[in-house]
Amino acid sequence: MRRFKNLLVSALVLMLTVALCGCGGDKAGDGETITVGIPQDIEDSLDPHLAMAAGTREVLFNIFEGLVKPNSNGDLVPAVASEYTVDDEGKTYTFTLRDGITFHNGEPVTVEDIIASIERCADTGSGDPLVAAFSNIESVTKSDDKHVVITLVTPDTDFISNMTTAILPASNIDNTANEPIGTGPYMYVSRSPQENIILKRYDGYWGEKAYIENVTFKIISNPDTIVMNLEGGAVDMFPRVTTAQAEQLSDNFKIEEGTMNLVQALYLNNAAEPFNDVKVRQALCYAISPKEIMDYAFDGRGTEIGSSMFPSFGKYYMPELNDTYNTDVEKAKALLAEAGYPDGFEFTIKVPSNYTQHVDTAQVLKEEFKAIGVTANIELIEWSSWLSDVYTGRDYEATVIGVDASTLSPRALLGRFVSDAGNNFVNFNSKEYDEAYNAAINSTDDATQTEYYKKCEEILAKEAANVYIQDPAELVAINKKFTGYEFYPLYAQDISKIKPVK
Amino acid sequence: MKRAFKDFNFTLGLILTAIVLIPAIIGIFWTPYSTETMDNAMKMAGASLSHPFGCDNFGRDILSRVMAGTGTTLIIGLGTVFIGTLIGTIIGAFTGYYGGLVDDIFMRFNDVMFSFPSLLLALVFVAIMGSGRIQLLIALGIAFIPSYVRIVRAEYVRARNLDYVKSASLAGASDLRIMFVHILPNIVKVLINSILIGFNNAVLAEAGLSFLGIGVQPPVASLGRMLSDAQTYLFNAPGMALAPGLTLIVMVLGISLLGKSKVITDR
Repeated sequence: MRRFKNLLVSALVLMLTVALCGCGGDKAGDGETITVGIPQDIEDSLDPHLAMAAGTREVLFNIFEGLVKPNSNGDLVPAVASEYTVDDEGKTYTFTLRDGITFHNGEPVTVEDIIASIERCADTGSGDPLVAAFSNIESVTKSDDKHVVITLVTPDTDFISNMTTAILPASNIDNTANEPIGTGPYMYVSRSPQENIILKRYDGYWGEKAYIENVTFKIISNPDTIVMNLEGGAVDMFPRVTTAQAEQLSDNFKIEEGTMNLVQALYLNNAAEPFNDVKVRQALCYAISPKEIMDYAFDGRGTEIGSSMFPSFGKYYMPELNDTYNTDVEKAKALLAEAGYPDGFEFTIKVPSNYTQHVDTAQVLKEEFKAIGVTANIELIEWSSWLSDVYTGRDYEATVIGVDASTLSPRALLGRFVSDAGNNFVNFNSKEYDEAYNAAINSTDDATQTEYYKKCEEILAKEAANVYIQDPAELVAINKKFTGYEFYPLYAQDISKIKPVK
Repeated sequence: MKRAFKDFNFTLGLILTAIVLIPAIIGIFWTPYSTETMDNAMKMAGASLSHPFGCDNFGRDILSRVMAGTGTTLIIGLGTVFIGTLIGTIIGAFTGYYGGLVDDIFMRFNDVMFSFPSLLLALVFVAIMGSGRIQLLIALGIAFIPSYVRIVRAEYVRARNLDYVKSASLAGASDLRIMFVHILPNIVKVLINSILIGFNNAVLAEAGLSFLGIGVQPPVASLGRMLSDAQTYLFNAPGMALAPGLTLIVMVLGISLLGKSKVITDR
């Protein structure tokens, strides 16, 4: 009899549990978790003002917002500011603080926070300002509790694209790397180095709230395990799978196809022998075939580029530059002979080992250079060493990588080639380029400005600053449990738009 | 010699080793195709008469790459064992023969080294010295030293009190002579066995490190590197993983059988 009673009690408890579970989650996505695989840890910084890597920015995109933010069409839409006005000259920008907007810690965003964030990025105390274009700011002033006025030294109609710079709470601003607080749809929960970054939906978000409650960015630095992680259910989504990986995935996954918005190139250290000679750089450009690289490493996908600009930038992209150098082995050899290397030379390509596509590209390049008698040695290095040695330390001869744009302005791509730019990791040095670039940023007329930007692109192509290859196709593998993935014209993963199917 | 072939372990071990070793030696001088030339038309082609193991994701002949890759892997294995035994034997001989404080210090240091898995130790060396074939060889060699020190030292501790050592010492032989002329030949049996086991471990460690992407640099072929590359294409082109994987299995099995055989252990 007692046994029967026990059984009855257990049955009741069980039924109750089931019933209670059934009640939870009145909104789609409550309690829902998505795990997104990323190829590298966020090692540079969790502080959006200090982060340099594209892979870091795509994660931080969900946590932080600027006065304006880009949408998936490539337009800038108001974010922390509800609206803004520009005077006719393009010199004074007035931003209106959005009503009721709060930081992830619940504190309301104030005009002081905005001023502190912008002044931090404009500070020239330690050399270059964090945002190069901010050196043009004359003053940031509070006109009242709702309005901020930014006055520029020289008029700049394109300045607004820099206002995607994250707004941080003034009280926490220097602690952001340890405790990131922003205004975005997701808030930061925790990070385990080399393991994951965990985000949670911010329910006080001013705009359309995210659907999925919990997001985990899981680091998968060994590209060979991506398919197994996806199939095994450890990861629900992986941006940038290779074609071979996509083919192995079962019907449980949907492959979304877009472009990576990267300038993939063999970046050459223009200050290192023999790449300080323009003829050598041109010879390498003549030796390669972007088409062949796409065939081998990208299954024929990708868009050829001839300069530091990709098609998402619309009017700034110049497809005609793709033909600056068409594969011509004889010409390449002749140029090498002129430069004093009739028998070729040897150099090392450093490639981050976690990016299969770049490693494969380097292997194809090595073969192509053989034809002109140049020996390329490949050295695989870890992502953190790549950042410190190659990108920051500039201690390399050549590297294969994709460079992204941090904002929707062509400056984000072209600014780094100005001789004294802090992020000019290829050490490109051309007076002509500096002049053209300065003319571009100082012109107030859109047509003139576009002309100068195009001139910059032409110089990069003509001077063969780098061996430009392509903007790779982006294949996003996403579990069919989820829908709503959106591509951005920038290197970003917007998780807030993704929702569960059911 | 005839008796040797009656030993099953020896015969089978020899055959298996030969199956792998002969193509590998040929592979050093000649391969049917270039190991690096790519061919878009042959991308991930299946097995055929002209390409018995098919082609990889760059259209490179897998047989050629396995032939050359086995050589790379073998050289790393042999080099590792050479460094490990040479330095391990010298340190082991001194500490084992003399004992005392030097022995204590060395052995405690050795214990510390021992507490790290050799693969992890090699990883640290590669991180410091950079990656490449030579660095990998040195790193693995150093990582293997502690285990040889342990084995050799134990043998010397045992041998130093034996009669033949005592009489050599009474006859006025120098310490060095006793260590390397009198004792060493008597412990060769143990040493050979550990060398063979060590060789197997080194081959597997090379495969493991290249698998992690820090060993041999592409496009140089090595069995580990090939296995690592093949993982992405496991379902599209299984031949890419099968050929180097089988070669590795046969080679390791062959050498361990040789190590176990009476011909070698009872010499």
